[in-house]
Formats: sequence, C-alpha cells, structure tokens
Amino acid sequence: MKNLKWLIGFGILAASLLFIMLYPIPSLLNWQSGFLAHCFFVLMLCFAMCFFRVMAGPTPADRAVAIDTLGILIVGFCAILSIPTGRDWYLDIAIAWALQSFIGALALAKYLEGRGFDE
Amino acid sequence: MKSKIVLFIIGFLVWSLLTWPLDLQHLIVGLIVSAFVAFITGDLFSQRPHHFGHITRYLWFCYYVPVFLWECLKANIDVAIRVLNPRLPINPGIVKVKTTLRSDTGLTFLANSITLTPGTFCVDIDAEKGVLYVHWIDVKTQDIDKATELIVSKFEKILKKIFE
Amino acid sequence: MSNIQQLIGYIFIILGLGFDIFGCIGLLRLPDVYNRLQATTKCVTLGTCSILFGTFIMKGLGTTGVKAILVAVFLLLTSPVAAHALARGAHKSGVKLWPKSVVDKYEQDGN
Repeated sequence: MKNLKWLIGFGILAASLLFIMLYPIPSLLNWQSGFLAHCFFVLMLCFAMCFFRVMAGPTPADRAVAIDTLGILIVGFCAILSIPTGRDWYLDIAIAWALQSFIGALALAKYLEGRGFDE
Repeated sequence: MKSKIVLFIIGFLVWSLLTWPLDLQHLIVGLIVSAFVAFITGDLFSQRPHHFGHITRYLWFCYYVPVFLWECLKANIDVAIRVLNPRLPINPGIVKVKTTLRSDTGLTFLANSITLTPGTFCVDIDAEKGVLYVHWIDVKTQDIDKATELIVSKFEKILKKIFE
Repeated sequence: MSNIQQLIGYIFIILGLGFDIFGCIGLLRLPDVYNRLQATTKCVTLGTCSILFGTFIMKGLGTTGVKAILVAVFLLLTSPVAAHALARGAHKSGVKLWPKSVVDKYEQDGN
C-alpha cells in the first residue's frame, strides 16, 4: 500500500518534470537560453507543493512553515530572473524579500507562542 | 566607544558591497549614514569589542567555514535520501545536550550550526544551565553525554576558539 | 573562458533546483511539523544559496554578483534562526510530536 502511494507520487512528479523539460516555452522575456525558462517553471512546481501545504496543513504551525519556505523560494526566483534580463534590481527585491520574510516568520512564531508583539 | 567603531566599520563595508562599483557619491552617503547608525545604536552591538582585534579568531573562523559548508552538504544529501526512500526511515525525538559555551554569539552560532548539520535541529536553548534541546530525526541514543559527543563536540571546539 | 563560466553556473543552478525540489517533497511527505522543518530549513536554504552562487559565477564580480553573495550570506545566517523560532512557537502552542516518536525531553522538563 505504502509502496503503491510512493509509486503514484513519484510518477506524478516525474511526469510533471518531463512535461516542463519537453514543453516549448513561449518567449515571455528575452531569455538568453530556453534552459533558464525551464528552471523558472521547476521553481513553479516547488511553489505548488508549498501552496498545497498551506491549504492542507492540519495545524497553524504547518502553514507558518510553508509560508517561510515560500519566502526563501521567491529569493531564488528573483536570482534566476536577474540572469537573462541583466537587471540588478531583481536582487534588490531579493534582499528586501529575504528581510521581510525573516521578520514575518519571527512575528508568526511569536503569535504561535501566544505572547504579545511588544516583547 | 570601541563597539561603536567596530559597528561603523562593518556597516560601511556592507554599504560599499551593496553599491558595489565604488563611486564617490555613494561612499560619502555611506560614511554619513553608517556614522549616524553607529553613534545611535553602537553600544548595543557588542559587549566585548576587544575580541575583534585578535587575529587568531579570524583564522579559526576561516577554518570553521569550510567545515560548516561540508557538513551542510552532507545534511542535504542525508535529507534527500530519507525523503526519497519509500519506507521513510525516520525515528524522531527531542533529546537534550550540554554545552560549555556561555557567550550569546557563540550560542547563536552553535544553534545555527546544529540546525544546518545532518539530522539535527535546535528547538530551544537554556543559556543558564548550558542545555540545548535538539530535535533529532534519527535518535541513536537518549543518554545526554553520548548525544553531546555525537552532536555538539565537533563544532564546540572550534567555536570556543572563536567566540569565548 | 566565458563558456566554462556559464557551464559551472548552470551546474550550480541545477544542483540548487534539485535540492529545492527535495525540500518541497519533504514538506509534503514527512509526518509532523518538526520533521518538515528539518527538511525545508536544510534543503531549501542550501538550494537557494546554490542558485545565488551560480548567479555569482555567471555574472562575475559586478553589481549583480556581489549582491547575490550578500543575499546568500544573509540567508545562511537568518534562516536557521527563523526555523528555530517557528519550532519553539509550535511546541509552545501545543503541537504534539508524531505518535511514533521516541522521546520528548523538552516536554518532560516542563516547558
């Protein structure tokens, strides 16, 4: 039973990765190579997994963990976007997002502890 | 006073890295801003600023970085193997370990290193008793001394040279 | 020279994407909050740092490269702290460990 579930999950993952790698990506931006566009969509797959955990998480703590993970993934997203476009302000966004995600995670943790924010 | 100077130097360094192709305007603004910040919040930065003058601490830090990165890579491969295994071979629990570090910076770095090494993850610190509560994904022993030997001792020796 | 740079950058980016995916699979598969934090805080942090390092190698010592290194150092310093705070908050808010867990010394000590 457990093996069957693992096999189904692995099949879905492999199929979606294969689809991303084989599907011809339309030129959204001026990508230097199509490869980076594929990387972009692999990160989208990670986002989908995090969103699943945000929706399905049985406790509030699960959702907080998933949101923290999402924040770190967005930093990688900005880094990949900055390569083909050559705009360095994408990394400024990454710095700001990393800071904001860190502070947000701390605030969520305080909230979970059940204490006030003024400590 | 010394603490303010250290904070000023670090702030100015980070500023010049942020605006990397060095240029006079940015440098002047950075000087003013980091002097202002250091003047206001300098005393909170470090209680023992004379530690920043010791060369040996920097050398030990240079030794610590590759050790830490290597452990981090091993941790990632370990997690990947566990997650991809169909039987999900985990055996989790929260164990207690002792530490002899006392300074705040040292404890913070120890907790961060424990979090990014294979299978272990720091939940809480009791600084007065010198006790760390560590979530271990594969509990090998519940004895406090053996767990200390397995988890902490590798980093403690180096961090003691750096931060104590 | 430039081609070798690009190739090494791509290798680091692929490695990082792989670790990101493993971390997210861990987020889905593992049974309770603490184990999920184990997976995500390690894999996603090092994966994203690897992507940023790949960016640094492809772009060289320009504005973009130096900023990428700064972000990577910042992530390596802050992400464990956030994970630690979340774990403590989860334990204080009464989330139990997985029923098959071996031991919980933290609860035994009355925290």
